[in-house]
Amino acid sequence: MTTRRSILKTMAAAGALSVWDAPIRFAFASLASDRRFVVVILRGALDGLAAVPPHGDADYASVRGQLALDKTGASAIHDLDGFFGLHPSLSNMKAMFDAKELAVFHNICSPYRERSHFEGQNVLETGGGQPHVLQDGWLNRALVPMGMADGERALAVAQTPPLLLSGSAKTTSWMPAVLPQPDEAFLAQLRSLYTRDAVLEASLKSAIDTSAKAQSAMDDSPANTMAGAKGNAAYGNLSPLFSGAGKLLANDSGPRVAVLDAGGWDTHFGEGTADGQLGRRLRALDQGLDSLKTSLGPAWNKTAVVMATEFGRTVHPNGSGGTDHGTGGAAFLLGGGVAGGKVRAEWVGLKPEALQDGRDQPPRTDLRALFKGLLAEHMGVPKSALEAQVFPDSASAAPLGGLIRA
Amino acid sequence: MSLEGAIAAHRFGLGARPGEIERASRDPKTWLLSQLNMPADEPQPIGGATLKSGGDLVVDMIAYQRERQMEKRNGTGEDPVKLFFKNRVGLFMQELQARFAQGFTTEKPFAERLVWFWSNHFVVSAQNPRATTFVGAFEREAIRPHINGKFEDMLFAVVQHPAMLLYLDNAQSVGPDSMGGFLSGRGLNENLGRELMELYTLGVDGGYTQADVIAMAKLLTGWTIDRRGGGNGGFLYFAALHEPGDVTLRGKTYPSSFDGTVAAIRDLAHDPATARHIARKFATHFIADNPSAESCARLEKVFVSSGGNLRALAEAAIDDPAAWATGPGKMRSPVEYITASYRLMGWPKGGDEQKQVEGAIAAARLMGEVPLGAPSPKGWPDTSEAWSGPDAVLNRIEWAKEVGARLPAGFDPLAIADAGMGPLLGADTRLAMSRAPSAGDAIALLIASPEFQRR
Repeated sequence: MTTRRSILKTMAAAGALSVWDAPIRFAFASLASDRRFVVVILRGALDGLAAVPPHGDADYASVRGQLALDKTGASAIHDLDGFFGLHPSLSNMKAMFDAKELAVFHNICSPYRERSHFEGQNVLETGGGQPHVLQDGWLNRALVPMGMADGERALAVAQTPPLLLSGSAKTTSWMPAVLPQPDEAFLAQLRSLYTRDAVLEASLKSAIDTSAKAQSAMDDSPANTMAGAKGNAAYGNLSPLFSGAGKLLANDSGPRVAVLDAGGWDTHFGEGTADGQLGRRLRALDQGLDSLKTSLGPAWNKTAVVMATEFGRTVHPNGSGGTDHGTGGAAFLLGGGVAGGKVRAEWVGLKPEALQDGRDQPPRTDLRALFKGLLAEHMGVPKSALEAQVFPDSASAAPLGGLIRA
Repeated sequence: MSLEGAIAAHRFGLGARPGEIERASRDPKTWLLSQLNMPADEPQPIGGATLKSGGDLVVDMIAYQRERQMEKRNGTGEDPVKLFFKNRVGLFMQELQARFAQGFTTEKPFAERLVWFWSNHFVVSAQNPRATTFVGAFEREAIRPHINGKFEDMLFAVVQHPAMLLYLDNAQSVGPDSMGGFLSGRGLNENLGRELMELYTLGVDGGYTQADVIAMAKLLTGWTIDRRGGGNGGFLYFAALHEPGDVTLRGKTYPSSFDGTVAAIRDLAHDPATARHIARKFATHFIADNPSAESCARLEKVFVSSGGNLRALAEAAIDDPAAWATGPGKMRSPVEYITASYRLMGWPKGGDEQKQVEGAIAAARLMGEVPLGAPSPKGWPDTSEAWSGPDAVLNRIEWAKEVGARLPAGFDPLAIADAGMGPLLGADTRLAMSRAPSAGDAIALLIASPEFQRR
């Protein structure tokens, strides 16, 4: 019998995915820098307090309510420094932290202070102080000073390059041959639209049940026990994207800069705790990052991966077991050569007066400061170019230092 | 933008291209009907291909068959079977590409919908290897010129087209008592005779017996392909294969002659059962999965009174208030769904047009519908139920995500939604889109939404 998956593969083979894909060619010139720089856009607004719970804060359990994570037991928070921890799904990231290959940032966000996804992502990607004042992406503008604007050094792992990498400098793009499955947050949105269409509602429910069973059977096979995922990882496997990107980046004559998109963080309903909707999405991300590290091989030691989201989410749960759009949140820096093993945060507590508008994590560090620091320290972008071209009007966000170990 | 304009573009058209709902809104019925002032447009080949006529394809086929016999005898050259198969699929793909591209860009979407409807009524299918190369020419030559003409004319064009003669085996049917039958020992093939009544005219309950099937098959003997070339579109009445003797069909006697057969087919075209059958099918396609008796009766009456005028039939459907009902419409078939999505996005746009069209064809195959390639002479199903199973719905959602992912940076998904859906856009869909975590997800939500999956 033909399964949906096998048909999707057939479709890919038949050229459906090649439709908008640019072919990737590699030049064999040697490069001045062999550093790798990866940006992962966590599109949809990641809940920073779920990913990086401040379990040592006296108010943590009370403000988080039903979303508070366990501090002990089988699905406990991974402690990082006695105060901050990582979500229980982030086992690989915990190991990276212990190996000083992961630095975590908290109360960090872009300069955007409203709560629209589109605008927030526009600010995150253009590097402007406000939405729509800049028309191209900050990473694209940085390609020229990095010497990587030849169209082969900068890779978008996407069907069309995201705004972050769009602009006058040439880039390339690539996608794996198998379609990624829709994330749970997207399907949840659709399910709510389908409540007015009984036929679509019933069909979608049935399809998800079937797919979850099929995935569960796969997860129980011996080949997959290493993944540590049991049963509930039916949607949104990120490993094909991340390992594919890693293989391309590992190639000495391949790209040096890559952008990955990982959506599925817009957890308005049923966010869950250790093994809930967000927990499963974080596990997919954690496994994706592990795949990236593995596929990079020795190049991991020359790689810096920065992960950021357009804004954080509300500190308190909303009325449907989720969280709404907020302000400050978490960001992550990973790689074999980064100055890891620490959580960097200007922490002011979780009491109402400490929160932005009485509801959100406060914006204490500007993401542009992190990006600028990385471009300077890791990729050697001169300060003049950073201020004039890459992040104009960002004088208030002085580059962070001490990001790279060697 | 009016609700009627949006319904005209979606229910009777192929989904709105940017600006289309505004144009349709000025006078929706006139916008639809003015598309039928001429025959349907011809699809244009993509990437330097040429679309061959049915007559030329017959010549090609005969040449191939001769060559194959030579190769067999000599045992040299490339395997002719493989070669022909390769060419066959290539020709079919060129036809499909031209047809899909036409659907994406046409400014006469109602005319195109009628082409699709009639092609799925008078079915020939590429799944039959004998017909594969011919199905595109069939639609261009037998269907398109007649969507605003008479049913009878379309019926004759269909029955005389080499695609149909090959697909339903009439080219192989020989009157057993004819000269040809006598010399070859071959006989009747009932296939076309039966489907002509069951599927194309009277309907399965239209009042005919097995004896009538045999009678019709006898009448059709000698209606074959012209092996010498394309003078008459590849059709030949070959009297030496025609069964001699008068034939009684459904109580009426027809003489053994070309004209006798023409008279029999014309009577089928004008039979009350045919009017009933066509009216129900037309209403099911354009109005509802289960059209009301009143809707069917109205179309039937117009079909009869106009002598099977297909433009009048289309006008009667448009004039039916039930056709403008709000609320959930029919599920789009996969080809309708993909076409509506491309029109919404204004695709194909820039870059490699052929690859974008190929992507659409691959998606249609994934979702289970290949135009001009139905599994049987019944054609592709035309009810919501057939296209809304769990796997189908999940496929559509995954594909919608892919479409969203291809939204170029800087496009405003809400503007696309407002232009493409007008008043049909649900407030909840618009709200969900405005809250979507990315512009791509917003477009995906729109394309996967109930109002976009239905029409």
